[in-house]
This record gives sequence, structure tokens and C-alpha cells, in this order.
Amino acid sequence: MQFRAQHLLGIEHLSPSDITEILDLAEQYVALNRSDRKHGEALAGLTQINMFFENSTRTQASFEIAGKRLGADVMNMAMQASSIKKGETLIDTALTLNAMHPDLLVVRHPHSGAVNLLAEKVNCAVLNAGDGKHEHPTQALLDALTIRRAKGRLHRLNVAICGDIAHSRVARSNILLLGKMENRVRLIGPPTLMPSQIDQFGVEVYEDMREGLADVDVVMMLRLQRERMDGGFIPSEREYYHRFGLDAEKLSRAKADAIVMHPGPMNRGVEIDGEIADDINRSVIQEQVEMGVAVRMACMELLVRARKMKPREVMV
Amino acid sequence: MLLTNAILIDPEAGSETSGHVLVRDGRIAEILTHDADLDEKRFSGETRLDCGGKYMAPGIIDLGVKVCEPGERHKESFRTAGAAAAAGGVTTMVTRPDTIPVLDTPETLEFAKRRGAEAMPVRMAPMAALTKSREGREMVEMGFLQDAGAVCFSDGDAVVRDTKVLSRAMVYARSLGALVMGHPQEPVLSDGAAVTSGKFASLRGLPSVSPMAERMGLERDLALVEATGCRYHADQISTAASLPALERAKQAGLDVTAGVSIHHLTLNELDVGDYRTFFKVKPPLRSEDDRMAMVEAVGSGLIDIICSMHTPQDEESKRLPFEQAASGAVGLETLLPAAMRLFHSGQLDLPTLFRAMSLNPARRLGLEGGRMAVGAPADLVLFDAHAPFVLDRATLASKSKNTPFDGQRMQGRLLKTLVGGEIVYAHGA
Repeated sequence: MQFRAQHLLGIEHLSPSDITEILDLAEQYVALNRSDRKHGEALAGLTQINMFFENSTRTQASFEIAGKRLGADVMNMAMQASSIKKGETLIDTALTLNAMHPDLLVVRHPHSGAVNLLAEKVNCAVLNAGDGKHEHPTQALLDALTIRRAKGRLHRLNVAICGDIAHSRVARSNILLLGKMENRVRLIGPPTLMPSQIDQFGVEVYEDMREGLADVDVVMMLRLQRERMDGGFIPSEREYYHRFGLDAEKLSRAKADAIVMHPGPMNRGVEIDGEIADDINRSVIQEQVEMGVAVRMACMELLVRARKMKPREVMV
Repeated sequence: MLLTNAILIDPEAGSETSGHVLVRDGRIAEILTHDADLDEKRFSGETRLDCGGKYMAPGIIDLGVKVCEPGERHKESFRTAGAAAAAGGVTTMVTRPDTIPVLDTPETLEFAKRRGAEAMPVRMAPMAALTKSREGREMVEMGFLQDAGAVCFSDGDAVVRDTKVLSRAMVYARSLGALVMGHPQEPVLSDGAAVTSGKFASLRGLPSVSPMAERMGLERDLALVEATGCRYHADQISTAASLPALERAKQAGLDVTAGVSIHHLTLNELDVGDYRTFFKVKPPLRSEDDRMAMVEAVGSGLIDIICSMHTPQDEESKRLPFEQAASGAVGLETLLPAAMRLFHSGQLDLPTLFRAMSLNPARRLGLEGGRMAVGAPADLVLFDAHAPFVLDRATLASKSKNTPFDGQRMQGRLLKTLVGGEIVYAHGA
């Protein structure tokens, strides 16, 4: 099987072989990124536009570096400061940019499904850099690469995802990806931060963190998204840290060689103890950031290749 | 005029019989069941319309049509809504008050009635708001509005949050014998919801509302009905969780009826697929279990009325991210073919469907019509229940084309619509 997707909107539509192909190519870019000459040619002459309708420093920087290292001309658009404020609709913005013939659109948007909508209206490849509470596929892929490198495999692992699952697109993409690759996924958090009927996703749900962490290989912490909270999901930060924050005592329930992950940015002392985050024997948080660039390079290259296989669709 | 050779659907008797209908002065003058009767001398000069052995039923009385005039004529006007109604077999349109401005005074109601009468080939029975501007604070001039022709009082999907206000409006309505209609929903829980809660909502990451919010709203309204003795119609029932409450209220003898939209009988939450906003309706499409429960409840009579919940929305209000997109779907022209899905699946027979689409709404609102009987207005639909077609939204007469059935295979085509014995729509004409 060869990667044939026209867009990368979510993990939902990827096959296990697609995922493996992305990760294998990303491995090559890890080596390139560590070398002195960090330049590939895969996107030479192509134009990449980063449209971020929601603030993000790290993801946007990661996509920008990824594009530049592959030779693309990269442009960043801070959508919050632009025409959206003047009342232009998402579709009109998309059509305007589309007329400038970009080859790759990297889009982050605060509403679930907005990137799907945009992808229908443009004739270049669209990468979802996070939409609402829906998906964040490159984050799940970089997490997968990090796990594969640390554990030597990406199947038959016990992975715990902890915290604010309900508001997290990272969690959704990871649940889908880890499930497709045949891992056992546990979700740990207070019931107020769990999406409805999440148990039907083939995961185990725990409300007690000590129980949930027993014998896991991977502990994935999520940011407690305070800016998304309508209020009243948890009684207080300190009670949350006490019951669901990752500290040495709770981590001792996991396997001795369990790794600790976090998509960042971290709230030290809210969902994770600072010392654990910095423990180079347990934490792979910095490696996740490194893998992010490599995975994004791989995704963009594969999308461009898939586009070349198919005649470009005529825009309607 | 003599309408010959039809299968007559009588929702009162629950029967389908071959026969002929004599129309005089806009009413059904005679129903003939023997072919030999046609040879009688007195019919020799009569205009005849051969129905070709197709089904004929009382015209649809659609409870809760939004016309968008005044205020949003770019979405739908009385002229386009009237054409859509005729093309959909809707002979009486019961219009919603959620226009701009809200129909909450006798003057605005008079305007709507006048526009309806001059621009539409079908009948119109207007609803009025229950509270001023549908804000849930002060009741409207119910007496004046009733005199002006309001058949029902409703704030539509704007739930009256203040229970004291609703309670007083219901007491006042009872003294006038007026019908109050609500869309039961717990307003805080349902605020901002785009889909029904469950696995699909979680997968798509969309804000959702539990079916329980509908039941909570319904239980409150029914308690108030019990307390006030008001006549009440619970519209837009969509979940199985609401049915036991409804059943209890009916068994207790409260003057309560219930309605469901055709979308909640024929579609479910999964139809939203990859964020297709034409499937965003209010209340949201529910689970398949809920859909099946609604179909059964129509069959048993627990739910009395099926409506189209016609809600025109222009392209701009639908071509947005799902959460931001407007709710609602046009339905006047798709109500009948969509209802035929339930007939072809063997779940509901034709007399049952027309009991819910024609007879019951007429009875509930005190309108003539809805009956296949001598003396009833000759508001009739002739349709081929089996003719297949693929729905193309561009062919709709509605000004807005936001139908969830676009591109879908349908079976059941309207052939003719008669209002007061006049043909107001003929397929292919």
C-alpha cells in the first residue's frame, strides 16, 4: 500500500500501513535534522501557507521549520489579526488563498470540522494542525514515533492517557491511532472531563489514577486546558493535582521503564510534577518536540507525492 | 368535478378503498365506491379527472412552517413557500411566529395573513408567539391575537426559561381555550449544543446535548399543564426518553398531544457524517434507537402529529463550521416522499401516516380538512407511492435549498395538489 490521501485531516481515515509509512519516512528526517546540513529538496519550489486561527507558538514553529527544511516557501498568516476580524467567512478566506496557488495549507481552527470544510473548497493539500475538539493528527503521529523509538515497537503496549480528555483533540487522535496499531488504551481522569460514551471507543476508563497507571508502558499526560473550561469541571487545581497530577508516587505504579509524555505546553504543578517532567530517564517530552518536526516533514512530503500521482482536481 | 379511479385514503376510518370523489363548491360532495355509479346520468356533464389508480389522501396540514417573511425574504417568502407547499402536497400551512419581527401583535399577524392570502395558493393558519419578542418575559395579547386568527401560541425553539412566566401564560391560555405549543428542552443543558451526545459527538468533538434535556423540559411543561389545565402540544419530540412522560400525561387525561419532525423519523445522528451542516437541525438528529422509538410512537398514536419543521436557511448560514452553522432544514417538498420511506419499510401504513400529517393536526387546531369525507373541503393530494426519483435540491421551489435529502433516492412522487377543489399543483405541468 502506498500513501494516497489527498489531505491529512485526521487519524480516522488513515490505515495502519499509512501510519507506518509516515513514521518510517519520519525516521529518515530525524537523522537529517540531527546532521549539519539540514536541507532536503522534497518541497523545493512549493508554497506552504500556515493559517492559524488559534494561537500557537510551538506547532506553528514546528510546521514552519519542517517546510523550510524541505525547501518550501513558507508563509505564516496570523488569522486572528486579519480579515476574519473584518467579517470574512472561512470559505472566502480559503478561496482567496486558493487563488494564489499554494501547494500545502496547514490549518489550525478553534471549531471542530472547520478544516474538513476548508479542504472541500481548495485544490491543494490541507493538513489539520488541530481543529476544535476533533483531531490533531500530527501530534498523534509524533507521539507514535516517540513511543516506537523508546519502546522499539508500536503495538501491544499499555498506554494511559490522563487528564482533560473531553476538551482534547490530542487525546482523540491518539485514541484512534493507538487503537489502529493494536495497543491497549486506558483513559484516566475525572468523569466531568470524559467525553460521553467514550467507553465505546475500545478503551478502558479509570477514575482512579493509581489503579489506571498499574503496569502501563506509556503515561501520556494532557494539558488541563484552563482556557477552554467553561468553569465547574473540577473543584480546584490543587484537588486536581492531588488526584490526577502525575507525581513520583503515582508513577511508581507504572512499569519501571515506563516513559512519560506531554504534548505541551505544560502546567507544572497542575497536571505534572516538575521533577518528573525534567527526569531524563523517564520524560521524553523534549524528544516529542524533536519528532514533531520530522513527522511533519514526512506528512507534507507524502501528501505532495500523493498529489502528483493523481491529476489535480478541477475546482468547482 | 369528478375525480375518478383513485385509491382513497381515509385516515379517520383507517382504510384504503378504490373509489371516486365528486367535488362541488370546493368540498367533497360525494364519495362513490362502485364504478357503475359513474355511469349515472347526473354525472354526464361533469368534468372528469382520471387519477389512474393512484393514491388520493386529504392534503397535508403542516404544523410549524417557517416562512421568513417578514424579515428574511432572501431565505423564503410567502410566494416561494406557497409554491413549495403546493409542490409538496401541503394544503394548509400552519406558520411559525419566529420571524423578524416576531409575530406577537395582532397587527403583525394581520400582515402575515394578508401576505399569505395574496401570495399563496394554499391555505394558511398562523401561529402567534406566546411571549413578546419570544423573550420569555411577558405574555402576548392572546385574546386579540386569537380574534385575529392565531390558531396556536408558541415561542418555538426559544424555551420559556422562567417557569412563572410560562405558568401564567398557560393559565391565561386556558381561560381562552387557546392551544400552547412548546419545544421541550432544558435550556441550560441544551445551550450551544450542535449534536446529540454519544459516541458520534465524542468522535467529532462537537458540543452535544443529552436526550435527557428534552425529557426534563417535557416533564416541566407537563407538570404545568397538570397545574393549569391548559391545552398543550409538545412539538419536536425526538427521543425515547421523553415517551414515558408523554404516556403518563395522556393516561392521566391531560389535554396533551405531541409532534415529531419527518427528519427525526427518517434520519439519525450518523447522517451528519463529516460535518454536513444540512443535517444540523434543532433538536439534533438522534440515535437510531431514538429514531425507531419515534416511528413506533407514531404507529401507536402516542405521537400524534408529523410535521416538516420547514426552516429555510441560505447558503451563507450553512457554509460554516458545524458549530457555527445555522440549524434547520427545508421540508415542505420532501415531507411526503420522506414519509413514504416509512411506508415502504413496512413500519407505517398510509392511513396512519395521513392521520399524523392531515387528520390530527386539523383536529388539534380546530381546522376543517384532514378528512376524506363528504362535506370536508376538497383539499386533496394525489400521489404515486411507488415512483422512484433522485432528489436534486436545485429543483426545489423553496428559495432556500437546505435539504438533507439532496442526492438521495426517494420513492413516492406527488402528482397533484388540490385546494378547495382547485388544482394548485400538477407534476410535470
